[in-house]
Amino acid sequence: MTRYILRRLIAMPFLVLGIVTLAFLLTTVTKGDPLTAIVSDRQMNNPEVVAAAKAKWGLDRSLPERYAIYVGNLFQGDMGTSFITRRPVAQDVLHRLPATMELVIAAMIVGATIGISLGVLAAYFHNTAIDHASRLFALFGSSVPVFWLGLALLYVFSVQWGVLPGPGRLDARAVAPPTVTGFMTIDTLLAGEFRLFLDAVWHLILPAFVLGWAVAGTISRLVRANMLEILSREFILTARAKGAGEFRVVVGHALRNTMVPTLTVIGYSFAYLLTGAVLTETIFSWPGMGSYAVDAARGLDFPAIIGVTIVGGVVFLLTNLLTDIAYVVANPRVRLG
Amino acid sequence: MTAQLAPRIVRPRWLTLPLMIGFGLILFWLLATVAAPWMTSYAPLDMVGRRLQPPSWDHLLGTDALGRDVLSRTLHGARHSIPIAVTVVFFAVSIGALLGALAGFIGGIVDTIIMRLVDVTLSFPPMLLAMAVAASLGPGLENAAIAMIIVWWPIYARLMRAQVLEVREREHVEAAVASGATQTRVLTHHVLPLCWTPVLISATMDLGQVILLAASLSFIGLGATPPTPEWGSMISDGASQFYSWWVALGPGLAILTIVLGFNFIGDGLHDYFDPRSK
Repeated sequence: MTRYILRRLIAMPFLVLGIVTLAFLLTTVTKGDPLTAIVSDRQMNNPEVVAAAKAKWGLDRSLPERYAIYVGNLFQGDMGTSFITRRPVAQDVLHRLPATMELVIAAMIVGATIGISLGVLAAYFHNTAIDHASRLFALFGSSVPVFWLGLALLYVFSVQWGVLPGPGRLDARAVAPPTVTGFMTIDTLLAGEFRLFLDAVWHLILPAFVLGWAVAGTISRLVRANMLEILSREFILTARAKGAGEFRVVVGHALRNTMVPTLTVIGYSFAYLLTGAVLTETIFSWPGMGSYAVDAARGLDFPAIIGVTIVGGVVFLLTNLLTDIAYVVANPRVRLG
Repeated sequence: MTAQLAPRIVRPRWLTLPLMIGFGLILFWLLATVAAPWMTSYAPLDMVGRRLQPPSWDHLLGTDALGRDVLSRTLHGARHSIPIAVTVVFFAVSIGALLGALAGFIGGIVDTIIMRLVDVTLSFPPMLLAMAVAASLGPGLENAAIAMIIVWWPIYARLMRAQVLEVREREHVEAAVASGATQTRVLTHHVLPLCWTPVLISATMDLGQVILLAASLSFIGLGATPPTPEWGSMISDGASQFYSWWVALGPGLAILTIVLGFNFIGDGLHDYFDPRSK
């Protein structure tokens, strides 16, 4: 087990370098011209302006040279300067990462809670209306486009019924607390503003549900399949024979034994959540990495595009690594060389 | 009595309810792809009424900000989304299967190079990588399709390699090698024919996911360009006309039902092949 973990850790730097290289190549060796983002249309005809812009942003150098400079700078935590915000990309991304993490974690909590409960119910009431309804819920969740679902729920719950707040992390009139962690729920508590904390949680509900639905579906299917298998085992019969209550049998005995695969699927769902966050953030005006990536892509802000892609790749890589290691540690039956 | 006399249509055992719903939904959208002009009374790009009319008998799904009929545009949208998804999956399978088969069959350094490229590509959240590549290539559905092929081929490479590694150990391959068949002949005649089925099943199931990804790219302005009636960009129009809810309703339901169709089929096949989960 130790060897497996060590081997995975040693592979990490190479994978990260691969991520950097691929992100750099795929966004550079294409016909898109970053100049159109820097120089205004009128000045494109002025060779002096164009040459100056090229020299300033290093676009006059050869590709290998630019790659070497990029990787060199990256080692010092420098991802270049955004064409649009004119601030260092690394600073922009770090500034926006907490908002995305807060949304993704909230979505994970929503997805896991709904998914596990539905999966248990579906297995316990196997082949009844509850089972079929949970299957439909799962199928809809993985089929509905998140950007459309977000719009639809905002329209119904916020505009029509007015029971949930509109886009953003806080009420528009509220004064945000000083940024400490970047997590709005934590920062409001640190500032001792309990009402703002409730407001932040209130604003998280819709985007977290929109993002978490598909994950809830995947988790519920997996929990159901595992629960079905475990509920038919003999130790469940033993527990019942010894007079354990149904709740104790289902939750205490059966569900406990499905936790390893469940935790694993929750870990892997991170990829889906990061992908979905891009669109959810756009709909809910959420100031995270996803909406930053969309703005960058729309504005041909190449340093920002590469930076966000690299950070997304590395975050993704790390969570998958942690999930793999947690799986091996939690499950001694898995033997990997 | 009459009920007993009437001929009964016997449903084959494998045709479960999820599969029937799935096939029904896909058939509807295939029909729309072929026959959209005859299914609607308005052209998708024509201004046919006042702008932003709510649904009525004349315009079942209302009109958009330019006075175009949303229902006609939604049905015509199938003619963009389905061919794009099929193209992307076709090229992704071709590239992925070729490289995966080579990696599995040749092994050694070729295997290492191809599979490291697969690992690195799959290390990105798909949407982020697709966005980055599509943005660098410039707007347009073709460029979005290229970006999606780049994101998608490694999945099939991994699948194909696993298949080849499994099949090449079988006895009939050993027999072919012993009887003097060349490497190429062993690969094309004895190994590959047995590898295709899982790859093709998985590719068909993926069509729904590719449709979702294409719509997502168009939604943020990296895919179809106006005035193309593409579902993602139509929902984007709907987002800018937020209070006219019907503008985004048609295209949203279109994506939902077609992806749901593929997922129903996938779910039904899963039940069929894995009876434990029934």
